[in-house]
Amino acid sequence: MNLFLKLLFRNRLAAMGAVVLGAILLLVLLTPFLPLQDPDVTATADRFKRPFTEGHLLGTDHLGRDLLSRLLHGTRLSLAIGIAAALIAATIGSAIGIIAGYFGGRTDNIIMRGVDMLMAFPYILLALAIVAALGPGLMNALIAVAAVNVPFFARNIRGITVGLAGREFIDAARLAGMGHGRIILTELLPNVLPVIVIAMSTTVGWMILETAGLSFLGLGSQPPQADLGSMLGEARSAMISHPHTSIVPGTMIFLIVMSINLLGDGVRDALDPRLRSGALSRPRATTLVERQGEIPEETDDLLAIKELETQFHVGNRIYRAVGGVSLAVKAGECLGVIGESGSGKSVTALSVMGLVASPPGVITGGAVRFQGEDLIGARYETLRQKRGDRVAYIFQDPLSTLHPLYRVGQQLAEAIQSHHKVSNAEARARAIRLLQDVRIPNAEARVDNYPHEMSGGMRQRVGIAMALANEPDVIIADEPTTALDVTVQAQILSLLDDLRRDRGLAIIFITHDFGVVAQLCDRVAVMYAGRIVEEGPTQAVLKAPAHPYTKRLIACVPELGGGRRALAAIPGLPPVVDNLPEGCAFAPRCDKAQENCRAGDVTLKGTAPRAVRCLYPEVAV
Amino acid sequence: MGGYIIKRLISAIPVLLGITIIVFLIMSLIPGDPATAILGSYATPENVEKLNRDLGLDKPMVQRYVIWLGNMLTGDLGRSFSLNRPVLDEILERFNATMILAGTAFVLCALLGILAGVVSAARQYGLGDKAITFVVLVGISVPSFFLGMMMILLFAVNLRWLPVSGMYAIYGGGDLPDLLKHLIMPALALAAVATGVIARLSRSAMLEVLRQDYIRTARAKGVPERRVIMGHALRAAMVSIIPVLGIQAGFVLSGAVYIEIVFQWPGVGRMLVDAILKRDLLLVQGGVVFVAACYVLFNIAVDVAQSLLDPRIKT
Ligand code: SF4
Repeated sequence: MNLFLKLLFRNRLAAMGAVVLGAILLLVLLTPFLPLQDPDVTATADRFKRPFTEGHLLGTDHLGRDLLSRLLHGTRLSLAIGIAAALIAATIGSAIGIIAGYFGGRTDNIIMRGVDMLMAFPYILLALAIVAALGPGLMNALIAVAAVNVPFFARNIRGITVGLAGREFIDAARLAGMGHGRIILTELLPNVLPVIVIAMSTTVGWMILETAGLSFLGLGSQPPQADLGSMLGEARSAMISHPHTSIVPGTMIFLIVMSINLLGDGVRDALDPRLRSGALSRPRATTLVERQGEIPEETDDLLAIKELETQFHVGNRIYRAVGGVSLAVKAGECLGVIGESGSGKSVTALSVMGLVASPPGVITGGAVRFQGEDLIGARYETLRQKRGDRVAYIFQDPLSTLHPLYRVGQQLAEAIQSHHKVSNAEARARAIRLLQDVRIPNAEARVDNYPHEMSGGMRQRVGIAMALANEPDVIIADEPTTALDVTVQAQILSLLDDLRRDRGLAIIFITHDFGVVAQLCDRVAVMYAGRIVEEGPTQAVLKAPAHPYTKRLIACVPELGGGRRALAAIPGLPPVVDNLPEGCAFAPRCDKAQENCRAGDVTLKGTAPRAVRCLYPEVAV
Repeated sequence: MGGYIIKRLISAIPVLLGITIIVFLIMSLIPGDPATAILGSYATPENVEKLNRDLGLDKPMVQRYVIWLGNMLTGDLGRSFSLNRPVLDEILERFNATMILAGTAFVLCALLGILAGVVSAARQYGLGDKAITFVVLVGISVPSFFLGMMMILLFAVNLRWLPVSGMYAIYGGGDLPDLLKHLIMPALALAAVATGVIARLSRSAMLEVLRQDYIRTARAKGVPERRVIMGHALRAAMVSIIPVLGIQAGFVLSGAVYIEIVFQWPGVGRMLVDAILKRDLLLVQGGVVFVAACYVLFNIAVDVAQSLLDPRIKT
């Protein structure tokens, strides 16, 4: 609750709304005690006095009545009617919703049918029909507005109740022999009440506006009694000659509605956990770069990642997802990057082309050189021209990585057309050829499928085809086979292997599965907690792992390509990267850990091509 | 597609029936003798007797409903006593004017709202986003009838750019430019709130979509950012925007009642309010059923649009 209030008031606009609304409420509560003139006493001699005339702070209306006094009394009436309508609508609507949700079945069905039909009306038609039947008047307007809002409450509260009605504590109460009435009142209602209150706070502004509207039309409060709506309605005929009589009540309605809206938005935001975590921020087109320190030198590799540091800045916490990683591939080479989830391997891969979502991602150091050119901090257009053209990605889980509303052919064609000026027909023909290349049967027909019409293996092939579209030099494959069953996985791996041999493609293959690495990769780098802990030729590492972590990873691969159960066998959890322990990050899970493992930084050492980050390696490298 | 439309039309029949039942029930709330209440000041003994005969008001409720429904299905909505003409004729004439106003406002609020939302999302926390957020906040808080009055004061009275009210100039009007001149202000005033709501929703729908993996895929392919936003992201966001357009159409139609009063626009809304004040209940009843039915049909069109956009919806 405290956190909620703090969040609410951190939102300056919401606080402003609260202050304005509070002031208005205070004013109307004090109205009977203020030295005001009688709002209904007419004085034809004093008609249309301007604001700030003596005795009439806001002037007078067409009958010479004091506008300030009428405004405050009118506000009082409008607020009272609006709040009353909200209370009535909430009570009746919630009762209907609870009954429908609690009893379910036929009762629910019939009630909700009725509610749906009421909701099929544009709201004002229903209100007008009710006022027409009952006759104009403030009470009838109140009834109409309340009635129109009943379905809204009924539907919302029913939803909540249905969820609650299935829970154990309700069953328990039933078994204990409680009657329906008591269960609803003592068990359900307390749980539903907060939702009712929130729903009310979001609709009360509306109801104030709606009742004012009916009065404005002359269907609500009748003279001489005036709420804000009828004040505005009456002033309309003199609007052109004496605008102040309209502006005064109109502005008041505006202030009330706006302050309620501001407050309501604030409440909603404060209750929304996504906003707190900053998860509703949109990722920029490229990752934010705030590089400190030296920029590493050029090398002659095709793609070289040098001392890369990528962090996530969430609030004032900093997660060091990648802490100084160096990797490189040559043409035709396949490099495996292996680690548990959270080890920083995917973030490393995404950093290459600036695809780490930012916010919250920030690249804080290092370089990524493609054919010698540094891509970190490169201009957007430079990066875009290389994305998918020279360096392409294959992502995990193609159901979420392919656009659900475009045909796969369109998505393939777009990959081509983003980099080459080719006609639509030509792009389509190429798309079909690409689908054939990745061995999708019946490619001419499949090209017009939507992703959801394909199987998982098929979609993954589309993902690969998309990466191949522009014959790139490097493919970065981020766990492309995790979601697939073993046979499909084997097919896809051999497909990638063929492509590498045929086209001289460099592949960076990210996985958590040593079996897959053994099948495909020339070299392997093992990542743990954002750093490389071991690297070397695949066969050498497999035969004689040097890091205790690598050894365990290999030990829990039951067979080649065994899949995801593998890593569950390592005891302990990978560390949270905002709070790395001093010294070796693996120490808490390591059997061989010694005192000095936790003392200082452990460096990556060895004779090329092997290296290990461990003080007591399994074998010397 | 044709099959889907027919399926939706059939499923609308119970809703349409429900609407007539609800209106019928509301009208039976009328206190006192219905014939006298319906006729109001026109309640001469002959009229009362004729109405009792026409509507079967002396019969039990169910029978009365069936008679009423039957009459309606044959296009007989009764006779307006205050206007002394068939209700349907009056409604059709007025509906035309309302459609021009509400239709324009709806197109405006959809275009402006989505555009504002997209710009806002694409420049999140930038100056444009803040400006739009502020305007939207003001827009959704001003009652449309007050906004309309202020627009008249500013643009018609002070600046003299536009006519104060009405649909056509009384002298020498009647052509399209004249209509447009009269249409601008009421259409804008009517669109304001819905524009704000749609802009807000579009912004959050876009932000939601922009975090999706397939947007990252589009960027990884090298799709230019403009196309990522206006193509990939907006298309996906439309899936959640379109249903709200349907709901907002209802609000636009509702708001038209106020705007027609403020701008003296000769539409259904003003007709209904006048009819209520004159207690011409058959006119109210007919107007409400007619407009509600149109709204139901409109929402079917919205569903069809949604199914065209989203192939995952089974048609
Ligand atoms: S440095 Fe020490 S704690 Fe870390 S892996 Fe090696 S032996 Fe284990």
